[in-house]
Amino acid sequence: MTINPNKCVACGNCTYVCPMGAIYIDPQIKRATINRNECVECYACYNGLSQEHLNPTMVRTMRKVFQALRLRFDPEPDVCPTASFEPDELTWPRVVRRAFSDPRVPHESTGVEGRGTEEVKTNDVSGRVKVGEVGFTIEFGRPGVGVWFRDIQTACRMLAAADVHFEKKNPITSLMSDVATGTLREDILGEKVMSAIVEIKVPVERTEEIIRLVWDIEKRVDTVVTLGVGTRCDDTGDETVVAPILEKLGYTLHRAKTNTGLGRIMNSAESDRQTVGASR
Amino acid sequence: MTNTLHRFGPAASFQDDFIIFAIASKGKNDQGALEKLREFLRLAATFGPVNLGDARNGGALRPCKNMTPMSHWGRDITPDFDAVIQGLTHVTTVAAVFDDRVKAEDFMKAVREKDFGLSINISTSVDGADQCCHAAGIPRHSVGYSLGFEGHTEHLPNSQVMMLSTMCGHGMIAHSMAKKMIDWVKEGRRSPDEAVTYLARFCSCGVFNPSRAKRILEEARVSTK
Repeated sequence: MTINPNKCVACGNCTYVCPMGAIYIDPQIKRATINRNECVECYACYNGLSQEHLNPTMVRTMRKVFQALRLRFDPEPDVCPTASFEPDELTWPRVVRRAFSDPRVPHESTGVEGRGTEEVKTNDVSGRVKVGEVGFTIEFGRPGVGVWFRDIQTACRMLAAADVHFEKKNPITSLMSDVATGTLREDILGEKVMSAIVEIKVPVERTEEIIRLVWDIEKRVDTVVTLGVGTRCDDTGDETVVAPILEKLGYTLHRAKTNTGLGRIMNSAESDRQTVGASR
Repeated sequence: MTNTLHRFGPAASFQDDFIIFAIASKGKNDQGALEKLREFLRLAATFGPVNLGDARNGGALRPCKNMTPMSHWGRDITPDFDAVIQGLTHVTTVAAVFDDRVKAEDFMKAVREKDFGLSINISTSVDGADQCCHAAGIPRHSVGYSLGFEGHTEHLPNSQVMMLSTMCGHGMIAHSMAKKMIDWVKEGRRSPDEAVTYLARFCSCGVFNPSRAKRILEEARVSTK
């Protein structure tokens, strides 16, 4: 992303809307400027700000007059008055920043928007997490902190050493040069993204072991980790296997996403073969 | 959709936060799904949601790319559900947000009867989801628990900012913007209703809950935590 200095009037609205805090008013040029190292190309500024198309010279003059009179200028806080934001033509490897940070862009590897995974939300048709299994979504960088791929690699290598199964239909897995060791492509390690989810699946008996491993990972990566634990319910809709393990580890289960089991395979070719989930 | 799963706050803070979303699985049930997703949204609109949205185009309040100087006064802050329904152009995740459990339950019953064949998920407190499913006569298939935020949490802001900013799980609502809105409400520069609309426009998939956000801003006005 670029801010056109010929248009920018340094109103400062955009400095608040950047989730990474990467936009600032440069005191030398008196224009909003993006710290490209910290920018994750999420497009929150470009997509989220409303735009006016005012004459920059007129706005700057008015702002100087107001400032001289010590009058508070009180603009709408979600507007760029001169439509100064201009998307760059992103090339590899920087383009991975946008793929992992702009939720409107589907991941090429999975075709899914957002973080690019379906996890248990389509479990009724995908059967991704089966009875007796636990699916972990280990998200790095969320909320609003960001993460470097080199830190994600540190985590993936520690998980791989524990002999876990990385989910194939996951954007991080698709960027591994060696899935067996959790090694990511060398050329993306210096890229930063809003957040990224590593997905693994293990037998339910390994739940505690994996959580303790994640606690260890958290000490070695300088970001926030958000852990999601997905599992199957029993035939009556109850889940009495994993919740007690989590509570024993000290977690209070405030919130959950519940798959209601109303989905079923309906595409013609697939439907001929099976109807997973149709009875739930 | 993990963007609805990891909202910050204790279970009690989700008393007015129920997100029900529909998603097609690529290669499994995505054929002809676009019209079903539109029908899901049309149906949801009749049950009094506080937001509707799709993952490509956002929610019922969206940024305007052609504002004029005069449009600062009297900006329309009414959610436009019809625009969300008509604007759905791709098979993607669509969501309906409710601030009332009974409305969410009634919608779940209607969704079950419609039998879309799509995956339907509900994101709220563990007990809230259980109650909704029970009321609709649906045994839960799978559950994804949020274990919250761990690691270097010293990078995170205070709880009220977190409750606001994490209502866009994609991170499009910056902590600094949420903090600014709390400050503006405290200063009396904007009403909670106005502040909520500024925040909602940044949510890119329409799962932001303006009703819960307004409550949080009202609480933060008199006591910042």
